[in-house]
Amino acid sequence: MSGWLRRNGWVAALAFAFAALLVATKIIQPGFGASGLESLARAALPFAFATAAMAVVVIAGGIDLTVAAVMAVAGVTSAVLMRDWGVAGTVPAVIVVLALGAVIGAINGAAIVLSRAPDIVVTLAMMYVWQGMALLILNGPGGTATPWLREVILGGVPIPGLRWLPQAAVVLAFALALVWLPLKRSRPGLSLYAIGSDQTAAFRSGVAIGPTKVLAYAVSGLFAAMGGLTLTLSTGVGEPIPGPYLLAAVAAVVLGGVALTGGVGGILGPIIAVLILRLLRLDLTLLSVDPNVTTIIEGTIMAVVVMIGGLLAIRRKRA
Amino acid sequence: MQPNPPKTPRAILDAQGVTKSFGAVQALRGASLRVGAGEIVALMGANGAGKSTLVKILTGALRHDAGTITIKDRPVRFASPAAARRAGLVPVYQEPALIPDLDVGQNLRLGATPVAPFRHWVDALGVTGLRMDDAIGHLPLATLRILDLARALAMEPDVLMLDEMTAALPTDLVDNVLRVMRGQADAGRAVIYISHRFPEIARICDRATVLRDGVTVGDLPIVPGVEEEVVELMLGQRMTPAVAATGRSAAKGTARLSVAGLSLGSKLAEVSFDLHAGEVLGVVALEGQGQDELFEVLAGFRRAGSGRISVDGTPVAFRHPADAIAAGLTFVPGNRADALAMGRSVRENIALPGFAAPRRWGPIAMQAEATRIGAAIDRLQIDTRAQGEVRRLSGGNQQKVTIGRWIAHGVQTLLLFDPTRGIDVRTKRQIYELCRDLAAQGAAVLYYTSELAEVPQACDRAIVIFGGRVVAEMPAAEATEAALLRAAYGLAVAT
Repeated sequence: MSGWLRRNGWVAALAFAFAALLVATKIIQPGFGASGLESLARAALPFAFATAAMAVVVIAGGIDLTVAAVMAVAGVTSAVLMRDWGVAGTVPAVIVVLALGAVIGAINGAAIVLSRAPDIVVTLAMMYVWQGMALLILNGPGGTATPWLREVILGGVPIPGLRWLPQAAVVLAFALALVWLPLKRSRPGLSLYAIGSDQTAAFRSGVAIGPTKVLAYAVSGLFAAMGGLTLTLSTGVGEPIPGPYLLAAVAAVVLGGVALTGGVGGILGPIIAVLILRLLRLDLTLLSVDPNVTTIIEGTIMAVVVMIGGLLAIRRKRA
Repeated sequence: MQPNPPKTPRAILDAQGVTKSFGAVQALRGASLRVGAGEIVALMGANGAGKSTLVKILTGALRHDAGTITIKDRPVRFASPAAARRAGLVPVYQEPALIPDLDVGQNLRLGATPVAPFRHWVDALGVTGLRMDDAIGHLPLATLRILDLARALAMEPDVLMLDEMTAALPTDLVDNVLRVMRGQADAGRAVIYISHRFPEIARICDRATVLRDGVTVGDLPIVPGVEEEVVELMLGQRMTPAVAATGRSAAKGTARLSVAGLSLGSKLAEVSFDLHAGEVLGVVALEGQGQDELFEVLAGFRRAGSGRISVDGTPVAFRHPADAIAAGLTFVPGNRADALAMGRSVRENIALPGFAAPRRWGPIAMQAEATRIGAAIDRLQIDTRAQGEVRRLSGGNQQKVTIGRWIAHGVQTLLLFDPTRGIDVRTKRQIYELCRDLAAQGAAVLYYTSELAEVPQACDRAIVIFGGRVVAEMPAAEATEAALLRAAYGLAVAT
């Protein structure tokens, strides 16, 4: 346990900060309870999936600027499919959308591997491709979301004693764990960290660089598709214009302890960072801080936290 | 095909007539290497002989153009390092192939290495107290090299290839490595041992295969006294160029730069020398003998463990490259791209050091600047429409800019790191002349070169570094290639 704490000190600190923020919220707004928690979780859901999508790629030493655009493609595709296929076709629609996300991600990754161009350049170009694709599928908000599926991310867990726990949080934890935990414990998962950490050493260790990169982007696409799907579920319509998820995801990834140079970090830290950033925004709103000042405060906190992280890293290196 | 030496056991690895070109440059023109079961073969050659290209081909990092490679009589052509591993050839590189951000256990799983044999070899090689959850990035380099070797041994390879395995290792670990290698050979495996350290080669190797200019020029059994023959083979029948340097000993008195007892970890040990104004002092060393670290310390990139550096008799301590520059030490890196603003013109690159300091910011006296720089360009004989980008110049011309611009600005002490790497003969001559001119103007020049033949042409005096120590010092007139190479391989210098 102490070993885990030492190696995951940053995640532990983030969890502590989140808990402290929850307490602060309760003090600011004594009425904050299960319903507040529930709306927080639901609002954070698309951000959390976007962040997970970004984190996987950044760990593998890349960066994915298509995350928000892929979410839009997945969002409109799911809305259209659920409208056209009806209630009976909901499960196939979900499967198609998730597979579509993985394929889109694999295309992004393959484009990078084949072109040998920097990730940021290729995904910038692909971002426009997928943005256009989303508008082709649905040129304005439309489609529907199957009601029973919407219920899945609504409200608390229907078990006595657990009603305070938002279903959205459970869905998030379940979806991420289902993909990430087996991956992280497998050779392909280690390979993701390896190519992000030191590509030459990875190559010499026998890691297939190209396929691993494609895998990273495919997993990223899968998470982005989950994000787009949950967005459609929570609003009830498909929205072809990408939301503010791209830069928010980068911010949460950095705050969550993933090094932008690759190889370091996990998914848990960035997810907690998402919750912190959402809760912070809520608190500042509750304190009726000018929304323009809110963004200044958010940015300042992020800069300070990242600086602290940098100083800690330097001290650890010296030690 | 060259005839196989008699009494050689069944070949496990057999490479014959391997060639490889990079564009117009032919790195390998017919390299052969044969290693039998139970043999340790040293692969030797001077810098640029094609050793590293051959190693990359054998380990699957490059593909050869022509020639045959067989492992246990099966022809192979590796598409990747993973393929070479599957065929039974496991390399241990100079740079450990371990992922810095993963722990020991994760690195083992990444390469599908069995843990129990790995542990056995770690113990046998004498590394204690290793935990599977130790992060690679926090372990010292010597430990990492041992772990890399233990991982290779755990794979039970048919052919083991060690590239400068003992560099950066303390003596006791070196002994363990040599003992384990001998044991591997005795167990019937084949070992390729690449090293610049002749005493180690004499201790464990059965044969030495010598490369020169991309061709295998010899395959000798290791017997006492074979060193001379190996050195001759590595040098070949090269024409010895006329000694251009005067060989005069520079002015005595207080040294411009004096280094005393400089030590840095396992890289530098008690390095001492004096460099006088008006002198070009050559530094000769084979790869990885500590010359990189020496120049990094002198340029202020890193701090030495102990020792003293004095400039004009005044002790100095560099905490930052700016301190070294302020003390008059100018470093010109081996990689030209590190020294030049590639996208800017020759004129701007020459002028740049002149207004690098903030106190020189402000309007530039265009007329005076233009005269000064025009004179420098004339002197450099750079064939240029001088307004063009530096990146469009040939490598040789770029290098002339990195050195020659100091003529325009004046320089006290110039630290040149392998300035003639990869440039043509004519330009090399011009660079030697530039160095001599700078020295004549009163500059002191420290000149590291990987090409031994340059020393008598460019330098007044030379020191040789081996294993982090200065092992020899000689005037240019005595610094023949053979004498330098002997010293650089750690062989006693006959004086």
